[in-house]
Amino acid sequence: MRQLPLWKPLLILGIALTSLFYALPSLLGGVDEEWPSWLPNQVILRGLDLQGGLYLLLHVETDKAVEQTAENLVDEVLGVLREKRLRHLGVKRAGISAVEMRLSKGSDPEEVRKVLRDEFPDLLLEDMAEGAGIRLAITPDKQKEIKGFAVEQSIQTIRSRIDQFGVSEPTIQKQGQERILIQLPGLQDPARAKALIGRTARLEFKMVDEKGDLATALDGRVPPGDVVLYGDQQARDGSTYQQPYLLKKRTVLTGAYLSDARVNFSAQYNEPQVLVSFNRQGARKFAQITANHVNERMAIVLDGRVYSAPVIQERIDGGRASITGRFTTDDAHDLAIVLRAGALPAPVKILEERTVGPTLGRDSVEQGLASILIGGALVLVFMALYYRGFGLLANIAVLLNILILMAALTFLQATLTLPGIAGAVLLLGMAVDANVLIFERIREELHLGKTPLAAIDHGYSKAFSTIMDANITTLITAVVLYQFGTGPVRGFAVTLSIGLVASMFTAIFVTRVVLALAMRNRPFAKLSI
Amino acid sequence: MELITKKTHIDFIRWRKLAFSFSIGLILLSLISLGVQGLNYGIDFSGGTLVQLRFPGPAPVGEIRKALSDLDLGDVVIQEFGRPEEILVRVERQEGQEASSNQAQLAQRIVASLNGLAGEEGVELRRVEFVGPQVGEELTTKGIMAVLYSMIVILAYVAWRFELRFAYGAVLALIHDLAITVGFFSLLQKEFTLVVVAALLTVIGYSLNDTIVVYDRIREEMKRLKKEPMTLIINEAVNRVLARTLVTSLTTILVLVALILFGGEVIHDFALTLFLGVLVGTYSSIFVASPMVLLMDRKGR
Repeated sequence: MRQLPLWKPLLILGIALTSLFYALPSLLGGVDEEWPSWLPNQVILRGLDLQGGLYLLLHVETDKAVEQTAENLVDEVLGVLREKRLRHLGVKRAGISAVEMRLSKGSDPEEVRKVLRDEFPDLLLEDMAEGAGIRLAITPDKQKEIKGFAVEQSIQTIRSRIDQFGVSEPTIQKQGQERILIQLPGLQDPARAKALIGRTARLEFKMVDEKGDLATALDGRVPPGDVVLYGDQQARDGSTYQQPYLLKKRTVLTGAYLSDARVNFSAQYNEPQVLVSFNRQGARKFAQITANHVNERMAIVLDGRVYSAPVIQERIDGGRASITGRFTTDDAHDLAIVLRAGALPAPVKILEERTVGPTLGRDSVEQGLASILIGGALVLVFMALYYRGFGLLANIAVLLNILILMAALTFLQATLTLPGIAGAVLLLGMAVDANVLIFERIREELHLGKTPLAAIDHGYSKAFSTIMDANITTLITAVVLYQFGTGPVRGFAVTLSIGLVASMFTAIFVTRVVLALAMRNRPFAKLSI
Repeated sequence: MELITKKTHIDFIRWRKLAFSFSIGLILLSLISLGVQGLNYGIDFSGGTLVQLRFPGPAPVGEIRKALSDLDLGDVVIQEFGRPEEILVRVERQEGQEASSNQAQLAQRIVASLNGLAGEEGVELRRVEFVGPQVGEELTTKGIMAVLYSMIVILAYVAWRFELRFAYGAVLALIHDLAITVGFFSLLQKEFTLVVVAALLTVIGYSLNDTIVVYDRIREEMKRLKKEPMTLIINEAVNRVLARTLVTSLTTILVLVALILFGGEVIHDFALTLFLGVLVGTYSSIFVASPMVLLMDRKGR
C-alpha cells in the first residue's frame, strides 16, 4: 500500500485514455465529415431492434433442387435414347431423385443399360421389379452435393439481389445445413426486401398447346405432356381474375440464358415493363424457337405464374423479349433485379422473421438511454450518500467501467441490443457490488478497531475471493446464454460478460490504486466510509 | 450513513421452518398455476405472428377486432401496447397447406385491412415477428437446455470451489427462484418470450452471485468458529453479509425500477422479470440456500 509502483497508475491512465479514444464517437452520438481522420470513427453497432431492419431465417427446400435435377434428367435420358435410336415406352421421374423408363418389347435391355451406363456413369442403375423397366437414381452422395450447392448458390443469388437493392451492411450467412440467416439493418421498406429475397424467380418460356382443349383440361383430363397454369388478367370492369392457360409441359427456354434485364416503358401505354436480353446461346435458341412456332403463343412463366402469352408474329433475332404485366415501377424494378441476379436453385421458406420499424428502433434507443441515465444517476447518488468519500471512489470506478464497456463494444464491433442495454443497466447495479463487498469489509475491520490502513488492506484481501467466485458464476451463465441464445439474447450475453470483467478490474484494482494515490502524501487518520 | 448501524444478531436459522413453508407454499402455487393454466407462450415458442401497429390517434380496438375477424385468421389477440395509439396483434400459428408462406405474408394483409381505419395517414408498422412452428420448437428446446446446462455447470463449479453440500443448496435455491418467477408468469398470464428466458438466466446469475457471497462467508466463519455448532456459524455469516446483501439489492432494484418506468414497453417484461428475480434471489440466498447447507450437513454427519 505504501509503495505504489508507477506502472499501476500508468496502466489505469492508459486504459482510461484508450477507452475514451475508442468510445468518443459513440459518446458524441456519431461522427460527421469534419471528424479528424486520425481518430477512430466507429460507433457501437446497434442491433436490428435498435435501428430497425429485417431479420430473416430461411429454409432452402433443397429437395426441390434434387427434384429439379431429376426432372432435367428425364430430358437428357430422352435425348440419349432418341440419339441412339433405342425404343422405349416412356421416361418419367420417380420420387424426387430417380428416373424410370419402360422398355418396349423390341428393345434389348442389355443394350439400353450399356448406353445409359456410358452416358451417365455417376448414376445408380437398377432394374425395376419383374423386368418392367430400368431405373436411374441419383446417388446419395451426389444428392448431398446438389443440396450443398443449392444452399451456396442461394446465398450468392440473395447477396447479389440485396446488393442491387442497396442495403448498407447486410449479413448473409449459412446456418446449419439448409438454412440461411439474413440481417438487413436500417432497412426502410422491409416488406419489399422480403419479397425480393424470397422470390424463386424461375423464368420459363413455354409454348401454349393450341390443339389441346382447355375446357376438358380444366375438368381434370389434362393431355399428357401438358400442364395448366394461371395468370392474372384484368377484366373490362378493372377487376382481376385468374386466366387459365393450357401449356406444353416442356420448357423451351429458361432464365438461365439471360444476360441482362432492364426496366423500360412501353411505347404504347407508357407502362413499365421489363426488357430481358439473352446471351448468345440464348439468343440463338430464342430465334430458332420463334422461327419454328410462328403464329403460336409463347407463355412467359415466372415462378409458375403466367405473365403473358403473346402470339409470335415472326422469327425474333437479336435476343430480346419483354415481360409485361400491370407493374408498378417498383415491381418492374424488383423483377429486373431478381432476373439479373438469377433464379434460386430451390424455393426458400421463411422460418422466422423479425422486423423492427425505424421509429420503434429510435424510441427504444431513447428510452433505453433515458433509463440508463436515470438508473445510473440514482446509483451514483446513493453510493455517494451511503459511503461518502468511498462512495465517490466507487463512482469513479463505475464511470470508468461504463467507458470501458462502450470502448470494448465499439472495438469488438459487438452488437448492442435492447436486452443489451438492459444488461448494461443491470450491470450498473451489480458493478457496485464488488465495491460494496470491499467497503463493508473495511467497515467491519474498522469496527474491530483496526487502523485505517490495516482496515483497507484487510478489506480488499478478504473480499477478493468472494468477488472472484461471485463474478465467475455469473460469467458462466453469460457464456451459456451466448451459446444457446440468438440475436438479442447474444448481444445481452456479450454486454454482460464484458461488463463483468471490466467491473472486476475497476472495483478491485482501480479503486485501490486511486486510494493509494490519495493517501501517498498524508495517510488518512479517519476513513470517510 | 449505514442501513444497519449495529452488528445484527438475527436468528435466521430459527425462522427456517417458516421460510420453508412460505417457499413451498409459493412453489405449490406456481405448480398449480402451471398445471391449471400453463404458461402464456409468446410466439417465440408457440409459433405465430405478432404485429405491432401505431395509429395516428387512439386505436379503435373494437373496429380492429371486427376488421381482423373478416380475415379469418383463427385465434387473434388484440391488445393495447403501452399507449392508446399502439396495438399489438397476435395471430396463432396457421394450420394447413402453405401455412408458412401465408403466415409470412400475414403482416401485410393485416396492415392492408386496418389501413382504412386509420384515416389518411394510415397505420405505421412498428414491428413484425413471425416464428415458424419448427423454429418455435427449436427455441423451446434451446431455452430449456440453456437453463439445464447452466445449472449443471454451476453445480460443478460450486462443488469444486466449496463442497458438494453447498452445491446442492445453491442449485436448490436456483430451482426455487426459477419456479417462483416462472409461476409468477403463469399466474398473471404474462407473455413468456425468449427475452424472458434471457431474464431468467440473468436471475440465475444474480441469485447465485448472492448465494455465493453468503456461502463464502459461511466457509470463512467455519474456519474461525471451528468448535461452534453449524447453526451459529450460518447465522453469524448471514448477519455479517446482511448489510452488503441489502445495499447491492437496493442499487440493482434502483436501476431496475428506472428500467421498468422509463425503459419502454418492449423491455417492460424483461425488467419486471429481473425485478422479481432480484427480490426472490435475495430472499432465497438468506432463507433457502443457507439453511439448506445446515440440512445437508445433518444428513452428512
